[in-house]
Amino acid sequence: MTTHEHIRETTANIHPIDKLLRADRLPHILCAGCGIGTVIHGYAHAIAASGIEEDRHVCVSGIGCSGRAAGYVNVDSYHATHGRALPFALGIAVHRPELVVTVISGDGDLTAIGGNHLIHAARRNANINVICINNFNYGMTGGQVGPTTPVGAKGTTAPTGSAEAPFNLPYLAKATGAVFVARWTILHVRELQDAILRSMQKPGFCFTEVLAPCPTSFGSANQLGPGVHEVEIYRQRCVVDNGNPRLEGLDIDLIDENKPITVGNFVDVERAAFGEQGR
Amino acid sequence: MPEVGARFVQMEDELASMAAIIGASAAGARSFTATSGPGFTLMMENVGLAAMMELPCVVANVQRASPSTGLPTMVGQSDMLQARWGSHGDYGIIAYSPSSPQECFDLTVRAFNAADQYRVPVFVLMDEVVGHMTERVVIPDADAIPFRPRKGPRHAPSERPFLSYAADADLVPPIAHAGEGYKVHMTGLTHDERGYPAMNADAHEVLVNRLVDKIRLNADDIELHEELFLDDAETVVVAFGCTARSAKHAVDEARDEGLSCGMLRPITIWPFPERRIRELIEAGKVKRFVVPEINLGQMRREIERLTSLPILRLNNPGGQMPRPDAILELIRS
Repeated sequence: MTTHEHIRETTANIHPIDKLLRADRLPHILCAGCGIGTVIHGYAHAIAASGIEEDRHVCVSGIGCSGRAAGYVNVDSYHATHGRALPFALGIAVHRPELVVTVISGDGDLTAIGGNHLIHAARRNANINVICINNFNYGMTGGQVGPTTPVGAKGTTAPTGSAEAPFNLPYLAKATGAVFVARWTILHVRELQDAILRSMQKPGFCFTEVLAPCPTSFGSANQLGPGVHEVEIYRQRCVVDNGNPRLEGLDIDLIDENKPITVGNFVDVERAAFGEQGR
Repeated sequence: MPEVGARFVQMEDELASMAAIIGASAAGARSFTATSGPGFTLMMENVGLAAMMELPCVVANVQRASPSTGLPTMVGQSDMLQARWGSHGDYGIIAYSPSSPQECFDLTVRAFNAADQYRVPVFVLMDEVVGHMTERVVIPDADAIPFRPRKGPRHAPSERPFLSYAADADLVPPIAHAGEGYKVHMTGLTHDERGYPAMNADAHEVLVNRLVDKIRLNADDIELHEELFLDDAETVVVAFGCTARSAKHAVDEARDEGLSCGMLRPITIWPFPERRIRELIEAGKVKRFVVPEINLGQMRREIERLTSLPILRLNNPGGQMPRPDAILELIRS
């Protein structure tokens, strides 16, 4: 038995998702208090719960901290260029429609440089599940503000606070045609896992935003303290509102203590997925 | 496309087109996209990804007069160097340059086979004149079209982990696709044989040298050119694409006038047929080269670095073909 097989054999008996992680890639590059590991954990649990064999799952990431997710999951996995995870994933999904293709990437990758691909993948209802990890900034490159940074929140490129209105991602995803839209945080471990599982079972473009702390960059620039403090904000202010149709009001403001953070599975509708229209 | 078991997707932009054909290739498809000038520039980001992930794909670029938007729908040969060097860093590619509609077909077939054989992006570098030309084209029966499949894994997924980047003697690794059970990982980061990121100079040197060498060291097998009257030519016209059609006319007329001239037409513009040009120079007959091209000297640079013999140039930056009589005048001079 090789070391690799040995690790597989023994760890598979220890924890149900260990075989879905690339143990030989550890230690990972993520900071203490980062939320990305929890999302990878949720993805792996959803694979295990899906009943769909591992060989049919494919994970694609873009660039950034969240873009490293594809490197840690033990399924066919691709780490594409910045912003291009979605069209790369589309190529896979079009050629092999029986595969379950999940894109795990960050808010900067998916909604800034990849924003055009996001709206078009949603519009054509591509058979792709997106897990968009939103940490409100470009964490890997030092905490620059981006299209999800709340107004007033600070970053290295906005030392006095961001003056631009951010994207409301569930609203954007719904408006551009996603058939499943959810927002959870890394505090909502089971709900997140269920949302990812629902995406895997549902044809078409499914979008789940996951709020996650970035204590190293966004957290320190905004005096949020260690990662667990941001999770405490989620605990205090998150309001679960499944099926809420009024997504336009769901902006996130981490600074305003009185503003709730609305989470839930907001949209779950039927529409012919790309490739089912007889093209 | 569905009639022949294929799929067509109208993507939102050229960044996406290039990324999508690489993704499709990762899933095992032979994949293709087409563009002109500025679109080719947009594709360059992911040309680097295809080179780094070693995912085969084919791109047709019908060249226009450039830079920028330039002269859309008017001829140019402005992308010869972009095709070779357009994405950042060192890597190998193959580019075919057809000079007739029949060659557009034949070389596209060849492009798919070469992409799969060497696991590289391959370009069919046309120009607007060839791209819009109408001529007789013979399309053989499907079973008469040469087909060279990719090298696949030589062991089952259960036997041992598959090494996506363990190259054979030809420097090309076998490929496993998404959904085949091998649990591959591919990244644009510098990576080891497993495909895992390897953030160090040693791994980078091994990988990048192999990406370059698998084309450089196999160049004699890849390289194609056409030659006319080179056995005794003192003046050699080097031309590709539509320019070669004018050049051929000029050379024929010059031979009729008794002038000692010939033509070399690179069919693979990359790898450039430099071995043949060196041979001609070493044989000692050639006294000078004539290089007509629809740019301000991209191919001339390639010849300049091979020889100190005189090179007579005929350039325009695009919008018109060089006329045969202008080339003939240079041969006569």
